[in-house]
Formats: sequence, structure tokens, C-alpha cells
Amino acid sequence: MTNSESNRLKDKAFQVFGIFCTFIGLVVLAIFLFNILEEGLSRIDWDFIISLPSRRAGRAGILTAWAGTLWILVLTAIIAFPLGVGAGIYLEEYARKTRLANFLEINIANLAGVPSIIYGLLGLEIFVRQMHMGGSLLAGACTLSLLILPIIIVTTREAIKAVPRSIRDGSYALGASKWQTVWAQVLPASFGGILTGMILSLSRAVGEAAPLIVIGALAYVPFTPSTPLDEFTVLPIQIFNWTSRPQAGFQTNAAAAIIVLLLITFLLNGIAVYLRIRQQKKVKW
Amino acid sequence: MRVSEKIIEGLLWLSAVITILITIGIVWVLLSESVSFFREVSIVEFLTEKEWTPLFAVKKFGILPLVAGTFLTTAIAIAVALPIGLTIAVYLNEYAHARLKQTVKPLLEILATIPTVVYGFFALTVVTPFLQSFIPKLAGFNALSAGMVMGIMIIPMISSLSEDAISAVPKSLREAAYGMGSTRLQTSFGVMVPAASSGIIVSVILAVSRAVGETMIVAIAAGQQPRLTLNPLVPIETITTYIVQVSLGDVPHGSLEYRTIFAAGITLFIFTFALNNISFWIKKKYQEKYD
Repeated sequence: MTNSESNRLKDKAFQVFGIFCTFIGLVVLAIFLFNILEEGLSRIDWDFIISLPSRRAGRAGILTAWAGTLWILVLTAIIAFPLGVGAGIYLEEYARKTRLANFLEINIANLAGVPSIIYGLLGLEIFVRQMHMGGSLLAGACTLSLLILPIIIVTTREAIKAVPRSIRDGSYALGASKWQTVWAQVLPASFGGILTGMILSLSRAVGEAAPLIVIGALAYVPFTPSTPLDEFTVLPIQIFNWTSRPQAGFQTNAAAAIIVLLLITFLLNGIAVYLRIRQQKKVKW
Repeated sequence: MRVSEKIIEGLLWLSAVITILITIGIVWVLLSESVSFFREVSIVEFLTEKEWTPLFAVKKFGILPLVAGTFLTTAIAIAVALPIGLTIAVYLNEYAHARLKQTVKPLLEILATIPTVVYGFFALTVVTPFLQSFIPKLAGFNALSAGMVMGIMIIPMISSLSEDAISAVPKSLREAAYGMGSTRLQTSFGVMVPAASSGIIVSVILAVSRAVGETMIVAIAAGQQPRLTLNPLVPIETITTYIVQVSLGDVPHGSLEYRTIFAAGITLFIFTFALNNISFWIKKKYQEKYD
């Protein structure tokens, strides 16, 4: 075999390996989803959705878990969205290229890389202890808000950056003030992108278990929360708890709860992808 | 009008500055509790003692077993994710049709959106039993399956960041390589990958940082036995798992055991902080080489 033939053979071999690598992740994903569906799907019925947790696997349900997840999502959105979008607007529209702006930028990039469990330690000390919130929904939502803030800020900035200079100039030329321009021109024009970022940040928050365990969310809560100061559990914590029990019945429960959690996650991500595609089609500056 | 404009600007400024307060808060919380911890436990013992048993009657406070556990699961994860992720990046850029690339990229991103507790379930109930069928000595909780599953999770991180880096290499370099008669493979690994090396290194560092801080997969599948070993077949404990373990128990606030999670936390924070900043530095230093 000549040199060039062997080179061509290696080239082909790598192509096959490339296809293999590209699809192995997806194959594993498929095996995994199939496995979960096979184990958990038959466990899901109306009773499972509306039952309280129980020591007997066959009677346990996820009512408190999904109610807690829903509460956490709403509270986190209320706290994190205004802060994140506000910070994004400030950095993109108001901040001059000062040292502070530069520092803020590096700092936000750093916060995005802090492990979620560290946010849990922060929440435990600040919200749970110093502010006396206890292991409540409010403490959990505050903690998760800090966690997803960098995501919202970064996506808001990108969305605002995509709005062309001419739109702002046109607004100023008509006599609008800075805030009037931001509020009536820049924000509506970048709304699709900002919304996509918000939804993606929520899909991150919905799957988090570690920081909430650290702030003291419990696996067993015998009632659904009715105020933000109540104790709570969320789906990921319920799944973690069931997974760590040896009895097979609880494994089935965990698989069933995973199906519900994945449905929520994929739904949120699907909406985000849909919005992004629609935005790309619609907007032509 | 003037006044309300100023108030709004002030509020926006405040929401941006809150991010600095978060960083200060993290550092302050970790430092203040750790300082109380290191008043009772010498820092020399913390860094050199080979056992970690704060919850036992005979307490020993050596962080090394937890660091070893974290290192082991991270190394396995990178050993899985780097070859696969880099191959995907090269394949999609240099071999695949544009349409395949457009379809596969969002599909791979799905891997990154799945909650980690779900990956933990997968590692414990599917991957470990599967591996046990040909490694009989593998324990029910082990670093191997947790690390491998973590590797699958971070594949899209390495593949998409490396892919961006490779596609940022100027076309002229690729064309020159083809002009010299190189095959696609020689062009890829002789020209494109070296030219994109800074971006690829950044992707790996960020992946390491992610793996070091990953919690639920290892908490579910890797065990809760701090052990100074590099054997992937036995139960170990990572820094993050220890924090979860203590949080699930009834450790009274203000006790030495309570403070151990902050000492563990600051160790973790130092690792990830250093890794992230190295990656920023590399990015800044080498980014504009081809502009």
C-alpha cells in the first residue's frame, strides 16, 4: 500500500469514527429515554399526580413535588426577571466603557461558572439564617434567582445588542429620552430574544436539586405549600429521594417522576427553540 | 421627566451592581464560616491528613479523600467527553454536510438540558448494572459509572465550544492544506485543530470546571465513602456529595460539623474560580490572533 492510499484509508476510518461519536450521545439518550418510559410510564396515572408522598411506594404520589416546583418557578421568575433584564439593559444601554462596566462583565462571567451547590451555601447563610426565611419557598426562590441571574443578563444583552443603532437614532431624532427609547423601541424589538433567555433560565432552575437540598428543602412534605413562607419539596428532590431508596417500587416511582420532570424541561426548551426560530424568521433589520 | 429618568437609571444600575454583591456574598459566607472552622482545625491537618471523618466519633479533617474523589470522577468524565466531543467538532466542521450539522447540533444540546438528577438515576440504575455484567468487581456505587455519565452530559459543552473555535479558523488555512494535497484528516489534525487549540483548551477547562462542581450525579451514583484512592471501581465521595450528605442530615447550626461544609465549599470554589479565570485569560490572550 502506498503512502497516499494509507492516508486515504485513515481519512475514511476517521469519517466512520466521526459518525459513531456524533451519534453515540444520541443513542445513549434514546436508550435512556426508552428505559425511563418502559419503567415509569405504566406508573403514571391520575392518582400518582394528585397523591401525597407516602412510605408505601404504591400509594405515593408527586402532588407536593410538582406543586413545589410550580411555586418555585413562579417566585423565581418574579424575583429574577426584573433584576436580570434590568442589569442587562444597564450594561448594554447605559454603562460606559468604564472600569466598573468592565469589572461587572468579568464578574458576571465568573458567577456563571460558580457551581450551583455554592449558591446553596450562600442561600443557607444569607436567606435561611440571616434573613430568617428558614427552608421556605421564598428562600429557595431567592437562591435559584441568584443562580440564573447570569443567564438572563447574558441573553438580555445579546438580544439588545442585535437591535440596530438606526432604531435608537430614529427615536432620539423624534425627541425621545433615553428611557423612552429603551422602553418603546429597544425592548419591544428585542423582546423575543429576552423571552427566550428567560425561559431557558427557568428550564435550568426547574432541574436544580443541589442548592435547594443545601438550603434545607425537605424530601418529605406532607402538604402542598400555600404561602411563600411554607416548607417545600420539588420534583428533582423527590426523584433524588426515591432513587436513593433500595426498594424497587420507589425506583419505579422515580422513573415516573422523571417523565414528568423531563416533560416540563422539554416543554420549556421547546418553547424557547420555537421562539428563537420565529424570531430569526421575522426580524430582518 | 429628568428626575424619573435618573431614578430609572439608578434602579438599572442597582440591578447590575447586585451581581457584585452576590460575589461578595459568596466570598464572605465561605470565608467567615471557614475562618471559624480553621480556628478549631489546623490548616496543615486539613491539607495533609489522609482521612475525612467529621461525622464519626473519632473526627479527622483531611480534605484529600474528597479532593481525590472529585478528581477521579472529573478525570473519567473528561476521558469520555474530550475524545468524543472533539471528534464531533472536527467531523461536523470538516466532514459533514451543512444540513447534518444543523440537525445534529440542537439534538446534542438536548444532552445538556436534562436535569442532572435524571443522569444520576441513569448512572445508578442502568449504567452500573450494565458495567457490572463484565466488571464483576464493580461496586454498586462507584466513580466509574458516575464519571462516564457525567462525560456524556458534558459532550455538548466540549463539542459546541470546540466547533466554534474550529469554524473561526480562517478558510485560507484549510485551503492551503488541501492545496498541498492533504487529506481531510491531515487537514483537520495537522492544521485546523492546532490553529483552534486555544479555543479547544478553553472548552476543556470549562468542562473540567463544570465536572468538578457537578453534584447530583455523583451524590446518587458514586457513593458517600470518602476514600483516598484512584480506583474507579469502589465507592468514593466528592466534595459536592459531602455537602449534600451533611445538608440531608441533622447537623446543628454553628457546630464544627456544620462548618465543614463551608470549608469543603471554599475548596471547591477555589478550584472552579481558578479554572474559570485561566480560561478567560487564555481566551483574551489568544482570541484575536487571526483577525
